[in-house]
Amino acid sequence: MRDRGLILTGLTIFLALLLAPVWQAALRGSARKPEPKIVTKAKQCVEPTAEMRRNHMQLLNTWRDTVVRRDQRTYLAADGKTVTMSLSGTCMSCHPNKKEFCDACHNYLAVNPYCWECHIEPKEKS
Amino acid sequence: MRVVWSLLLVGALALVGFFGAQAGGQALFGIVLPYLAMAVFLVGIAVRVVGWARSPVPFRITTTCGQERSLAWIKASPLDNPSTGLGAAARVLLEVLTFRSLFRNNRSELRDGGRFTVSADKWLWAAALAFHYSFLVVFLRHYRFFAEPVPAVVAWIQGLDGFFQVGLPVVYVTDIVLVVALGYLLWRRLADPRLRYISLPADYFPLALLLGIALSGVLLRYVSKADVVAVKELAIGLVSLHPTVPQGIDPLVFAHIFLVSVLLTYFPFSKLVHMAGVFLSPTRNLANDNRMRRHINPWNPPIVGHTYAEWEHEFHDKLVASGIPLDEE
Amino acid sequence: MPEKTRDELVRIDYTPPRRDWSDPAIDFEARKGTWSYPAAAKNLRYLGFPNPRDWSPTDEDWQLPENWQQVIHDGLAERLTKYRSLKLFLDVCVRCGACADKCHFYLGSGDPKNMPVLRAELLRSVYRNDFTTAGKILGRVAGARKLTPAVLKEWFYYFYQCTECRRCSVFCPYGIDTAEITMLARELLNLVGLNINWVMEPVANCDRTGNHLGIQPHTFKDNIEFLVDELEETTGVRVNPSINRKGAEVLFIVPSADFFAEPGIYTFMGYLLLLHSLGLDYTLSAYASEGGNFGLFTSHDTIKRLNYKIYHEAKRLGVKWILGGECGHMWRVMHQYMDTMNGPADFLEAPVSPFTGTAFTNAASTKMVHICEFTADLIKHGKLNLDPTRNDHLRVTFHDSCNPARAMGILEEPRYVLRSVVNNFFEMPENTIREQTFCCGGGAGLGNDENMEMRLRGGLPRANAVRFVHEKHAVNRLACICAIDRATLSTLMEYWVPEVDVSGVHELVGNALVLEGEKPRTTDLRGKPLAARKGDADA
Repeated sequence: MRDRGLILTGLTIFLALLLAPVWQAALRGSARKPEPKIVTKAKQCVEPTAEMRRNHMQLLNTWRDTVVRRDQRTYLAADGKTVTMSLSGTCMSCHPNKKEFCDACHNYLAVNPYCWECHIEPKEKS
Repeated sequence: MRVVWSLLLVGALALVGFFGAQAGGQALFGIVLPYLAMAVFLVGIAVRVVGWARSPVPFRITTTCGQERSLAWIKASPLDNPSTGLGAAARVLLEVLTFRSLFRNNRSELRDGGRFTVSADKWLWAAALAFHYSFLVVFLRHYRFFAEPVPAVVAWIQGLDGFFQVGLPVVYVTDIVLVVALGYLLWRRLADPRLRYISLPADYFPLALLLGIALSGVLLRYVSKADVVAVKELAIGLVSLHPTVPQGIDPLVFAHIFLVSVLLTYFPFSKLVHMAGVFLSPTRNLANDNRMRRHINPWNPPIVGHTYAEWEHEFHDKLVASGIPLDEE
Repeated sequence: MPEKTRDELVRIDYTPPRRDWSDPAIDFEARKGTWSYPAAAKNLRYLGFPNPRDWSPTDEDWQLPENWQQVIHDGLAERLTKYRSLKLFLDVCVRCGACADKCHFYLGSGDPKNMPVLRAELLRSVYRNDFTTAGKILGRVAGARKLTPAVLKEWFYYFYQCTECRRCSVFCPYGIDTAEITMLARELLNLVGLNINWVMEPVANCDRTGNHLGIQPHTFKDNIEFLVDELEETTGVRVNPSINRKGAEVLFIVPSADFFAEPGIYTFMGYLLLLHSLGLDYTLSAYASEGGNFGLFTSHDTIKRLNYKIYHEAKRLGVKWILGGECGHMWRVMHQYMDTMNGPADFLEAPVSPFTGTAFTNAASTKMVHICEFTADLIKHGKLNLDPTRNDHLRVTFHDSCNPARAMGILEEPRYVLRSVVNNFFEMPENTIREQTFCCGGGAGLGNDENMEMRLRGGLPRANAVRFVHEKHAVNRLACICAIDRATLSTLMEYWVPEVDVSGVHELVGNALVLEGEKPRTTDLRGKPLAARKGDADA
């Protein structure tokens, strides 16, 4: 049959496309795991690390709403400590380095948060 | 009952993934089974397609859904009754991309006094299209876990999908559409007695499985958030053929991955192969040029009918009597 | 006519039974009127088909060959390697149900196994059991069934309850064609001697005498001469068709019903008048005296065997090309099978109309032209002198015959011809015409009397649409381009819409065609008086 070549070509293209990540990995070499750089001596963020890794976006979101809409600035953490809810004041005191901290994971996972649509991006030496 | 069993089965499978990984099966559910499933999928699909390709298409049996190309002044229907290979290719492509045949769907109903009414019925078409496209987008979005750096187009798809910027993490439209469409497709099988009658376990199970995959994914994104950095490490490890299971992968991730592995394994043995089969349908992918170009049947059997000579021999006297000319005259 | 009244027939219950469909039990006794009689042993013997015997579906024992399960298993295995269509259609159905209410038999009977999806599942379930991994391992859970005698009986019932009209295929998202499934399922049934006489007798006749009706050459000639006499009486013109004449330019092939019985004979008269008025150099053949091909309802090998005569005769007579009359399944064979099976027709010339110079490039390889294509071209070029007022006593609608519509796409040609020869033309609703046309209910060999209830049920959607235009536009004539239609629709109309008669398109051409030297016409070709016309008195 004249169409066998056509079918096999189609099949090959499909399978090749499906395996695109494998080709990409083979060409680029295996990617390094991101290591967000933390410039602080503190042992823990406002909440435990595992919690922060998963839910920091929600925490920041809550902070923003509480501060902007209800004018409350004090956050009571799970362990009873209180911190001031402020991205530039609190967060960035330990994580001033957006490129080396925030972007490390965000770029890795193609996340594009809109924090910096209102806040001024920290000026960093690159 | 069939639907209950299917849902229970998928629920059980999810639990197997969830607890299996916690009970020390992380490498099994994170590495071994995904690899196996992918291998079964790739080989299975290839075997299926090659199997179809090995059987020839002896006759050109296009289903014509429009005017043939005949006289120059009669407007032919190039898509629904293509007379060229290009037209047939376009017909298949549009079938795949827009489900044109399903778009024709209508509903015939018998009214009092034995009258049939026909009304348009686009729900199946809309739900099918919604499901397939949202699944495609969700599938493509997952590329962010498997590629480093993430291609710009994936980021672009994500941006578009989360265009409304509702909630945090931003809610993807396709997540909602996927679950709603699957829900509708499952519901219609149950609600319509006719469909319930024709539905097999093999119809409920894939729907339940896809729902399980979609819902576990939704949970992971919006509710019980996973450590996505760790997940990506796992994924990159798989595709770079240096698999490792990093610390901190949530059990629900394993449940999600296990359900996907089940889907990949099940796929080549099920009706889901329509994904590949739709391209090969002889009533759709052949041009209706039967009388223009001879179609070759590779196994055309050497059959000879009742020949003229045999016929003339039998009816010789009657032919002569009625004055019908014989062959030698 | 069936024992049931019209009111009883339209009381259709679409609620599916509570029981699962996979356990079949068909009570043939209770379902009389919905199945066809088995093939007589003599016909199978003549054709050399397996297992000739006298039997009835109502028998408990169908006298199958001892190894019938193996025969069917092997037959299916062979066909899976020969037909990609079969393999694919058995694999890819998702049971979305889009086809369900597209089948005229389902709509007319409410029997869920007449949904195309379930009709195919009857075979598909056995395929799963015998040929797929999932089916072998999981059995019934995977939708697999063993081929038991009950399943086989169910096959016989439902695969001879499909007219291979392909309407479901139009709506299927994967183009699954139940006609293909039915054709191949019937091939399997034939292997163990399960066939129906209304198919096998025409096949045997056609093989021997040249046509389904078993008309022998001298009778063929007598019939045609009778029609020529009738025509002379109506028109005053004596036409002179030739039979088996070597050296003619064109071989003209028509379905045998057209020279045998009403209302087909009027269509045949129309052909004769048309070809006479043109002076076409053509011949009929008493050997290839059948355009139709009941092989299509039997097996692919039988299609080829019967179709063999067409090119064989064209070559013997030395004609340049072939013209074909109005017939549905005939054109499925001529269009989709003939060239592949019995071609290449390299001894013929690419057809060109001698009157308009139009080259029928769409028939360049097969070298066979549909008479509606031929006539539409003549009319377009003004080659016919037509008086459509002679059809003013008729209000006409057009039934697209299944095969010309869905296996060829000849939709506009007959409409163009009709609009040129009649003044009152009305379309039926759009979901019932063109590619969505409804079957007559009696195709594929099911147009026999013992199957009458099922025919009337299957024809109900079509009849319904006719009744609609009858009530709305006072339509009284149903035109079509199919010989089976002309026979079965007549019965259908008599039952459902008795005010409407059935005819071929070329009968209406014959009515309108003004011939040189004709006498003033007072009747149409049927002998029915023409409508009174203004100015008649002056003339």
